[in-house]
Amino acid sequence: MTSTDLAIIGAGPAGMEAAATARETGLSVLLIDEQPEPGGQIWRAIERNVSERPDNLAFLGPDYAAGAAKAERFRASGANYWPSAMVWHLDSPEDGDKTILVAWDGVTRQVQARSVLLATGAMERPVPIPGWTLPGVMSIGAAQTMLKSSGLYPQAPLVLAGSGPLLLLFAVQCHAAGIPVSAVLDTTPPGAMMRGLPHLPKALLGWRTLLKGRRLMQALASSGIPVYRHVRNLEALGADSVERVRCTSDGQTVELEATTLLLHEGVVPNPQLTRLIGCEHRWNAAQRCFHPVLSDRGETSVPGVFVAGDGGGIGGAPAAENTGRIAALEIAEELGAVNRPSGDIEIVKARDNLRAQMAVRPLLDAMYPPPDWIGKLDGDVPVCRCEEVSARAVRGAAADGAPGPNQAKAFLRAGMGPCQGRMCGLTVTEILADAHGKEPDAIGYYRIRPPIKPVTVGELAALDGAD
Amino acid sequence: MFRRLPEPRARAVHFTFEGEALTAHSGDSVAAALLGAGIGHSRTTPRSGTARAPYCMMGVCFECLIEIDGVANRQGCLVEVRDGMTVRRQQGAPGLPEDLADEGGK
Repeated sequence: MTSTDLAIIGAGPAGMEAAATARETGLSVLLIDEQPEPGGQIWRAIERNVSERPDNLAFLGPDYAAGAAKAERFRASGANYWPSAMVWHLDSPEDGDKTILVAWDGVTRQVQARSVLLATGAMERPVPIPGWTLPGVMSIGAAQTMLKSSGLYPQAPLVLAGSGPLLLLFAVQCHAAGIPVSAVLDTTPPGAMMRGLPHLPKALLGWRTLLKGRRLMQALASSGIPVYRHVRNLEALGADSVERVRCTSDGQTVELEATTLLLHEGVVPNPQLTRLIGCEHRWNAAQRCFHPVLSDRGETSVPGVFVAGDGGGIGGAPAAENTGRIAALEIAEELGAVNRPSGDIEIVKARDNLRAQMAVRPLLDAMYPPPDWIGKLDGDVPVCRCEEVSARAVRGAAADGAPGPNQAKAFLRAGMGPCQGRMCGLTVTEILADAHGKEPDAIGYYRIRPPIKPVTVGELAALDGAD
Repeated sequence: MFRRLPEPRARAVHFTFEGEALTAHSGDSVAAALLGAGIGHSRTTPRSGTARAPYCMMGVCFECLIEIDGVANRQGCLVEVRDGMTVRRQQGAPGLPEDLADEGGK
C-alpha cells in the first residue's frame, strides 16, 4: 500500500502543474497516468519527440513544443510518478482517506490519499453518423495522437469533417508536414461571425487565443485544401471499411472518395471518475455536455476530491494549468502544508490568468456550437458502438417507458459494453431528452460502476494491500 | 491505411499478429503498430461479428480491444508494443472458444 498527501490522476497540463505546485508547498504527491510519458493528450509523446524526432516539432507547432518545459518542471518536482498505470476504482468517503485502486505492472496497487485531484481531461465528443463504426473512420484526435506518438499519418484520400479549433489545427499540421488532405468538410452552421460578434468585446481579454485562431484560419485558407462549408447529413460509406463520404454542403450533395475519414465535433469532459464517485453534475447547454459541479477552489460535491483542467469544463491547456495550480494551493492550505506561499497572492494571480483564458469560451461556443442533430437522431445509425444499439432502439425504449439512460441500458444493453457508456452516454441522454421533451438535467446519465478499466482476475488477486 | 514520416532514429520492434511477423517502431502502441502495418481491423464485435478498428487512440472507445500474449481485452492503444509480443485479433466476446464465437457472429 502507498500513502500520500495528494494523489493526482492524469499527467496533462492540469495534473503536471498541480503536482509541481503541491511539491513546492511540501506535500507528498503521487501522480498516476495511463500514458508511458507525461504530457496528456495535448503534449502526447513530447519527450520522445524532443529527443528522437526534433524535426517533427516544426509542424506540430509552438504550442506543442511548449510542453517540453512543462514535462521537465514536473519531472524535477520530486513527485512520485506512476506512468502506464490504470486507475480502476476510487473510493472517496466524506471523511478520512480516499482509496485508489490502480492496475500497474500486472498487480493492483492500493493508494491511500488525504486528498485526490482528478485531472483526467477531456475526450472528443462521439459523432454518431451513419457508417462511423466502419474501419477507417476515426476521430481527429486519434490521428493527431498517432502523428505525435509514432509519426504515422493516414494515406490519401483523407477527408476531415467537423467543426472547431482542433479540426483547423490538425488540417494545418498535416499541410505543414506535407501530408495530403483531400478535403475539409466544415459542419459549422452558417453565421459563425455574426453569432460570435456579441461576445467579441469580452473575448478580447483573451486576445492571444483569438490571434492564434485567426492565424489558423488564414493558414487553412492559404493551404489550398478544398473546404466545403455548412456541411450536414454526413455519412461514411463502404463495405468492409470506409470508401466514400457523402454529405450536403450549402444544400448541394457532395460525394468524395476516402480511405480515412476523421471526425471532430469538439471536446467534452471525460466523465468516468467524477460519475463513479457520484459527485453532482450539471448540464451545460452551450457546450451540450455535463460538467461536475465545482466550488471556486475546484472541489467537487464529494469533500476532498478536486477536479482541475478540462475534466471540470472545457478551457484548454493554459486554463487547465491555472486550475491545476489553484487546486494544488487550496489543497495545500487545507492539509496545512508547511511551505504555503505567503498570502493568497499566488491564487489571485492564477485566478486573473484563468479569467483571461476563459474569456474566449463564450465566443468559441457561439461560433462553433456543438451539433444540434445528435438529440434528433433516429433510424439505424449505431449509437452504442459496443452493443450495436441504434438510435431507433433508444427511441423505442423511451416509448416503452424508460425515463432515463439507466433504464434504457437495462432494456437495450446500450452502455453495458466494454467502454461503459463513454461513447454513447451523451447521445443516449440527448435522444431521451428529446423523446421525453425534457432537459438533460432531468434525464440524467449512466451510473458508472467499478472497475472503470478492464482488470484481469490476476490483477485483482494480486492486491498489494493484502500483504 | 497509414504511412510513416521518416524516422531516422527509430528502433525496429518485431512482433507477431495472427502468427504473421510484423515490424513496428519502438514507442508505438500496439494499436498504432497494427495500423502502421496495414492491418485493417483488429477485432470483431460480440453481437454481429462486424469488423472494427481503433477509433479514439486515447483509451476511451475500447474499439482497439485485442489479445496480447494470451490476455484478451487489452486496450491496444494503451500498451506499448514490445519485441516478441504475440498479438491476436479479438474475435467476438473473449473467453468463448473461437468456433462458438464465430457461430454466434455470423
